[in-house]
Amino acid sequence: MSLLKISGLTKKFGKFTALDDVNMEVNEGEVFGFIGPNGAGKSTTIRVLLGILKATEGEVKIFGKDAWKDAVEIHKRIAYVPGDVNLWPNLSGGEVIDLFMKLRGGNHKDRRDELIQKFDLDPTKKCRTYSKGNRQKVALVAAFSLEADLYILDEPTSGLDPLMEKVFQECVLDAKKKGKSVLLSSHILSEVEKLCDRVGIIRQGEIIETGSLDELRHLTRTSLLVETKQPIANLKQLQGVHDIGEKEQALSFQVDTEELDNVMNHITSFGIVKLESAPPTLEDLFMRHYEGPGKAGGAS
Amino acid sequence: MAKSMYKNTGRLSRFNLRRDRIRIPVWLLSLAVLTFVVALAFTDLYETAEDRQGIAETMKNPAMEAMVGKGYGLDNYTYGAIMANQMLLFTAIAVAIMSILFVVRHTREDEEGGRIELIRSLPTGRLANLNATVIVVCGVNVLFALIVGLGLYALGIESMDLEGSLLYGAALGVTGVFFAMVAAVFAQALENSRGAVGLSFAVLGVSYLIRAAGDVGDGVLSWFSPLGWVLGTEVYVNNYWWPIVLTIAAATVLTVLAFYLNAIRDLGSGFIPAKPGRKHASALLRGPIGLSFRIQRTGLIAWAIGIYVIGASYGSIFGDLESFLEEVEMMQELINPVESASLTDQFIPMLMSIMAMISTVPVLMSVLKLVGEERKERTEHLLSRAVSRTRLLAGSFVIAIVTSFAMLSLAGTGLWSAGTVVVEDELGFGKIYGAAMVYLPAMWVMIGVAVLLIGFAPRFTGLVWAYLCYSFIVVYLGNLLKFPSWMANLSPYGHIPQLPVDNMDYMKVSVLTIIAVVLTIAGFIGYRKRDMY
Repeated sequence: MSLLKISGLTKKFGKFTALDDVNMEVNEGEVFGFIGPNGAGKSTTIRVLLGILKATEGEVKIFGKDAWKDAVEIHKRIAYVPGDVNLWPNLSGGEVIDLFMKLRGGNHKDRRDELIQKFDLDPTKKCRTYSKGNRQKVALVAAFSLEADLYILDEPTSGLDPLMEKVFQECVLDAKKKGKSVLLSSHILSEVEKLCDRVGIIRQGEIIETGSLDELRHLTRTSLLVETKQPIANLKQLQGVHDIGEKEQALSFQVDTEELDNVMNHITSFGIVKLESAPPTLEDLFMRHYEGPGKAGGAS
Repeated sequence: MAKSMYKNTGRLSRFNLRRDRIRIPVWLLSLAVLTFVVALAFTDLYETAEDRQGIAETMKNPAMEAMVGKGYGLDNYTYGAIMANQMLLFTAIAVAIMSILFVVRHTREDEEGGRIELIRSLPTGRLANLNATVIVVCGVNVLFALIVGLGLYALGIESMDLEGSLLYGAALGVTGVFFAMVAAVFAQALENSRGAVGLSFAVLGVSYLIRAAGDVGDGVLSWFSPLGWVLGTEVYVNNYWWPIVLTIAAATVLTVLAFYLNAIRDLGSGFIPAKPGRKHASALLRGPIGLSFRIQRTGLIAWAIGIYVIGASYGSIFGDLESFLEEVEMMQELINPVESASLTDQFIPMLMSIMAMISTVPVLMSVLKLVGEERKERTEHLLSRAVSRTRLLAGSFVIAIVTSFAMLSLAGTGLWSAGTVVVEDELGFGKIYGAAMVYLPAMWVMIGVAVLLIGFAPRFTGLVWAYLCYSFIVVYLGNLLKFPSWMANLSPYGHIPQLPVDNMDYMKVSVLTIIAVVLTIAGFIGYRKRDMY
């Protein structure tokens, strides 16, 4: 069942089209990764979801309610962490966390204190003295201290150190275990790979790819490093082979995932001495989609 | 080493000018044009020497002395003397405000925003930014002094000679530089820009009060205030240049102090350390209203004290006013005598209108805080939780309304508490308090305008400040300059019944309140419909 459903969302700022016919769904109990380069429209999409921006066209539903009209009702059940956490310089971190919790309602002091400790945050410091990472911790503690059905996280770890990133990942997995849903916009692809069930890729205001990681991996290439007894003939002529390079005695190249079988059959006949293969990473996927002006998705 | 501290000052100066290429000309032109218009208006209004002598009598009034300074050259009251008496002090204050805002914006505010860090990571000197700011603010003030000085001379008004005009400009320019340096010192001492602006304004306010006390008394105290030095030049009559030298000397000392403080401190730090905060939120901090109050608390308390002090200082001259009014009967121009009212009473509406407009400043600041928060992307923390836009705006609105009550009450109470001590007859608290509170509907209209702008044109909320300035000019100077009445009618303050001289006019007050309500409702509707920043 989808908790969050965006259909045909278009958002224009004057003449500039920030989002163009975006369709997206986040299902109950899943962690959805939302990736895309800077300025692609991730934050704009999230702000429309939060009812902070009004959609020019299209329908945005969370829990079956309209994101703009029923914003307050929806917000009672979601938790949000912005990418740029701007806080009030003269309030302490502890005060801000408490305020955010009171605004949502509910009393979870134990959870709060536990998270403050886990994230190693000093809540008595004034927000003006916090670093970016510490401001993010304030927002994360406030968000995960409460029970929410949907967590909307907009690049929440961009300022955290690896230790804290691990704490964050535990929080997300914990929420997932409880059957909660998470929309995670991120640049840290290893994090998305580790946490997310499905991903959506946005570029220039358009969703260009959605699916589970496995599904998307079909769209990409596997890197191979092969050393054979006899030189491989006609490799260039084979379909789906790219970027051939020589490394000492070995050949390195990339193979489209759907052609992998054919290519392997071909090279086996030359007597394999050594074979290394690297699975396609999300990074490869990401790079292929973002490099170059055209939609690389169609070329694979 | 010494030279490398200032490396790239020139480039940064040009960059500062580039950033303020609209702001600086707007300030300079509006202040210069206002000066010229008023100067020309005096020549139309007071054509004969007799007219001018009439005005000279009003200048002997302690209320006027407290407000604009001690009159001088009253025996032969020339246009130049009138101009200097009526306009010099207020223009100097405006120039001081401009300079304070400029300096803090380019020093501590940039530092707080992390922009100085970027600049400093480039091959620029440690003191280059402060140096560039000081150079530009001095340049702007010198330019303004020349524009005003040469401009006034060019108007060719009798008695406004070249030396006097240049001195008039110079007095304004050096005051601007002095307060710029006050701000430069506070920008080093305090860790946040709001504190630096606040303390600089406090120094300006205290300077005004010390001068007021001095001018009403024997005048000695006025020499302890930089604003007293401005008036000490006695422009167009005696043309003393030494107060200019005195101000420059004082400003130089402050400049050296600011550079020294900047040189010995770490980037981002100040000299007044930040206290640790609370670990948990208090019971008050539980929603938009609590938050809105919490982040404005210090500012509001400072304003409350300030407003009370202004009220009390005006009240304290009531004794002098009384004895003065017994001697002089000619009180035209500033007030239109009403037979039934006592002479002291007739000054109450004028004092109240000024205090009401000053009290409007914190009120508008608290409504507009919401837009400031939006620009800093902090409202999204609230809107992404279970807070509706209506509730958010209502929080700011309620604080503004409460502030309007509180500030006017303090103004009225201050006036009464000091006045009742010095006046022989009984000064009724109800009378004074009523005269203050009658300005509430005008303030509400201003709140309404602010809410409307927040709802529909959040980028242009500054317009409400322009409207308040306009109101101040037409209501305060309107009588003196005999502006056509429609000009005052465009301001809500122009419609307030002049209690206790006039009778209460429930009709006008109700209409203003209704206008305020309509503007507010429209603003709320707009706010619900628009995109957040």
